[in-house]
Amino acid sequence: MAEAVSPSTSEKPKAPRIGVFVCHCGTNIAGSIDIEAVKEYAKTLPNVGYVNDYKYQCSMPGQVTIQDAVKENDLTGVVVAACSPRLHEPTFRAATKDAGLNPFRFEMANIREQNSWVHMHDQEGATQKAKDAIRIAVAKASLLEDLYPKSVPVEHAAMVVGAGVAGMQAALDLANAGIKTYLVEKSPTIGGRMSQLDKTFPTLDCSQCILTPKMVDVGRAENIVLMVNSEVEEVEGYIGNFDVTIRRKATGVLSPAEAEAKGIVGGGCTGCGDCAPVCPVTKPNEFEMGMAPRKAIYIYHPQVVPLLYTIDWDSCVKCGLCVEACGEKKAIDLEMQDELVKVKVGTVILATGFEVFPIETKEEWGYKRYDNVITSLEFERLICASGPTGGHLVRPSDGETPMRIGFVLCAGSRDSTGVGKPYCSRFCCMYSLKHAHQIIEKIPGAVPYIFYMDIRSFGKAYEEFYYRIQDEGAKFIRGRVSNIQEDPVTKNLKVYVEDTLLGRPMELELDMVVLAAAVQPTEMTNKTRKLFGVSCSTDGWLLEAHPKLNPCGTTTAGVFVAGVCQGPKDIPDTVAQAEGAASAASIPIHRGEVELEPYYAMCIEEKCAGCGMCVNLCPYQALSLVEKDGRTVMQVTEAKCKGCGTCGGFCPGGAIWMNHFATPQIVAQIDAFLLGGEQ
Amino acid sequence: MAENPEGWQPRILAIICNWCSYAGADLAGGARIQYPPDVRAIRVMCTGRVDPLFIMKAFTDGADSVLISGCHFGDCHYLEGNFKAAKRMFLVKSLLRNIGLDDRRLRMTFVSASEGAKWAKVIEDVVNVTQELGPSPFNREYGELKELV
Repeated sequence: MAEAVSPSTSEKPKAPRIGVFVCHCGTNIAGSIDIEAVKEYAKTLPNVGYVNDYKYQCSMPGQVTIQDAVKENDLTGVVVAACSPRLHEPTFRAATKDAGLNPFRFEMANIREQNSWVHMHDQEGATQKAKDAIRIAVAKASLLEDLYPKSVPVEHAAMVVGAGVAGMQAALDLANAGIKTYLVEKSPTIGGRMSQLDKTFPTLDCSQCILTPKMVDVGRAENIVLMVNSEVEEVEGYIGNFDVTIRRKATGVLSPAEAEAKGIVGGGCTGCGDCAPVCPVTKPNEFEMGMAPRKAIYIYHPQVVPLLYTIDWDSCVKCGLCVEACGEKKAIDLEMQDELVKVKVGTVILATGFEVFPIETKEEWGYKRYDNVITSLEFERLICASGPTGGHLVRPSDGETPMRIGFVLCAGSRDSTGVGKPYCSRFCCMYSLKHAHQIIEKIPGAVPYIFYMDIRSFGKAYEEFYYRIQDEGAKFIRGRVSNIQEDPVTKNLKVYVEDTLLGRPMELELDMVVLAAAVQPTEMTNKTRKLFGVSCSTDGWLLEAHPKLNPCGTTTAGVFVAGVCQGPKDIPDTVAQAEGAASAASIPIHRGEVELEPYYAMCIEEKCAGCGMCVNLCPYQALSLVEKDGRTVMQVTEAKCKGCGTCGGFCPGGAIWMNHFATPQIVAQIDAFLLGGEQ
Repeated sequence: MAENPEGWQPRILAIICNWCSYAGADLAGGARIQYPPDVRAIRVMCTGRVDPLFIMKAFTDGADSVLISGCHFGDCHYLEGNFKAAKRMFLVKSLLRNIGLDDRRLRMTFVSASEGAKWAKVIEDVVNVTQELGPSPFNREYGELKELV
C-alpha cells in the first residue's frame, strides 16, 4: 500500500529535502514549548534539509526566511510549525509558491491551537507533542506532490434567502452592483421583523417609514427576481455554480405578469381587495401577532410587497366567492399547484432571521395564562398607529389603558436554568427603554417599571438614550422577576422581585407586564443551513467562517451570512453585515472565475477491479464506471468531486488516490507518529 | 484497575475532520481550555476518508487508542461522510475484538466547530479510558504481544 504512486506522476521525484520552520508566535507558542529542543529534534528527522525558527513566521520577514531557505537549500517541501492550518495555511502556501515551489508542497504542524494553548502548564508534554507533530508533518511533506487548482467560471447571479431588512439590503446592494439576484422569502411579503416594529431606537424613527421605501425599491429593482411564498428545496454544486431548486408555493392568486402569460389580457391581482370582504373564513393575522383578524384570502398589511393577495389553504373552504368578486381580472385560481423552479447562481447569502423564544415555557411569568402579560413584539403592534388598536395601548383583559406597566428584561435570555437561552439577545434592553419612552409620551401619568439585570446600552448614542429615559421618569429595579400572579377579579398582576440594589424583596401591583422575550433561530434556518452545508453554533445560530476576520463568510465557499440568523444583533449591525455579505458575495462574481482546491479523487486504473462500490458511496454522483481497454474501471468527474474521500476510505483495492490526502501520505503520518520516524 | 507499567504514556492517534472536529479543537485552543497532551491528531477533510486500514495500521504500529472525530449527523460538510465512517466503525470494532483488543480502544465522536469544551472533554475521556485499559498488547515497548509486531 505504501508504494502506491499517484497516477499523475510519471517520472520519479527527486529525493525529498524538507525545510522546517518553527514559529514562536511571540510567547503564544514559545511560552509553553521549548523551541530550541524542538529545533534540535527536527534536525535529526529523516528528509529534513533545513531547520530554523522565527518570532512571527507569518510576518513579512518571517515569510521571506522561508523563501530564502528554499532557494539556498534546494528544498522540495516546507513544514511550518505554528498555528492552525485553518488560520494560516493560505499564508504559507503563498510563501511556498513565492519561493518557487508548488504551493501544495507545504504542510503545517499545529503547535498552537492544539498544543501550546491547551497544555499551557505542561512544558514537557507540550514539547514532546510538538516534536511528534513536526515528525508527522515532515513525513507527509516528504510525500506531497505538485497540485494545480482548477479555475471554474462563476455564474453572474446571486441568491439571497430571507427578505427581512438584512436580505433586502444585501439583495439591493448586489442588484445595484449589476448582479442578477434571486430574493427568496417564505412568507407572502418582504420586510421581515422590522416591518412589525413601531419605532426604532435610539433615534425613534418610525420603522415602517424608513423600511417601506426600501421594500418598494426591492419590488421594482430590475436586477432582483423576487420570489415570495418560496422555499429552497434542494442545492447542488459549489461556489460559482450552485444549482438551487426553489419551491414556489401555490398562492392561489396570479400576478398581472402570470395572468398575461396565461393569456388573460389585463388580468391578474391588482391588490384591490375586493376578494377579502366576501371570504367567509376568519383567522388570526400572524403579522399582528394574532391580535387582529384576516380572511383566508389575505394580505398581512396594506404596504406588502409585492401587493398580491394569498390564499391560506389550511383554512380556505374553496367556496369560490372570492373568484366571483375578482370578476374579469380572473386573478384567483383555486386549483393552483406548487411549482419547482431551478436557478443557477454563483454565490448565496443566508439571511433567515429569527423567531421569538416560546416564553410561555417560563411558567413563572404566566404568559398565555394571564391576559395582561404580553411579549414585546405584541407591545410593538399595540403601540403602532397601523396596529390593531390604532396605536392605543390597551389591556387585553378589559380594553382599559394601563397606567403601571412592567418590563421584564432578559426574559429567557442570559438564563442558564435549562429552560431559557444562555446568550444575551442583545437588543431587548434598548427596545424596552424605547417602550418605556413611548408609554411616557403617549399615556400621561403612566409609569414604566423596568426589571433588569444589567442595562446593555453599548451602541452609538445608546447610553445617552438610557440616561434620557431615566430622566423621563422610568423606574429601574435591578432584579429578576421571580413570579407573577394574576388577581382573578381585576386581572391586575402581582409582581414579585428582589431589588438587588436595596437587597430586599418587593411586591408590586401592575396593570400590564411586557416580557422582553429571548430570540432564537427559526426552524427554517436549520433546514436551509443543512442544504448549503453551513455549520451552526450550539445555540443554533449560523457559524461564520471566522468570528473576527471573516464574519460574513461560512465554511462553505460561496455561501455568506447576514443578520440575526448569525447571532442576535440590532438593525444597524444587521444592515452593516448585510452590506458586508453583499460585498463579499459579489467578489467571486465580479472576478468571473474561482479556483477550486485540487483535492479531488483519481482512479489508479491498474488496481481498480471495477466493482463499483465507490460509485454508490459518492454523495455527488462524481464517480462512474467506464469501459477502458476491455476492462471496467471507475472514472472521476473532477468538477463534481468535492474531495471528501469517502470513496477512498472504502475502496477494497486501494485503487483511489485522494489528492493531498492519499493513502501513502496518511499511512506515513501514522507510521511517523507511532514508529518514531522510521519509514 | 491494574497498575500501569512505569514510564508508559498513552499513545493515542486521532483522525479528525477539517470542518467540525478540527475546528472544534482549534476553538478549545482559542478558549485556552486545558486537556491532557497524549493525543496526536491527523487532519483529513472528512471522516469518510478514514480507511479501516488506517485504524488497523495504527493498532499494529502500537497505538494504545484511536479516536475518529467528525461532524454531528446531518452536519457533515459532505452530506453523509461521517455517517459512512460511523458505519465502518462497527466493522473495525469487531475486527479489534477478533484479534483480542478491547474495542473501547477505538472511539468515534461527533464534535462540531463550536464545541471546544466538548473536544476537551472527549480527549479527557479517551485518555482516561486508555489509562484504565493500560498499554495495548501491541504497544512496541510495553505490550504483552510486542514480539508479534
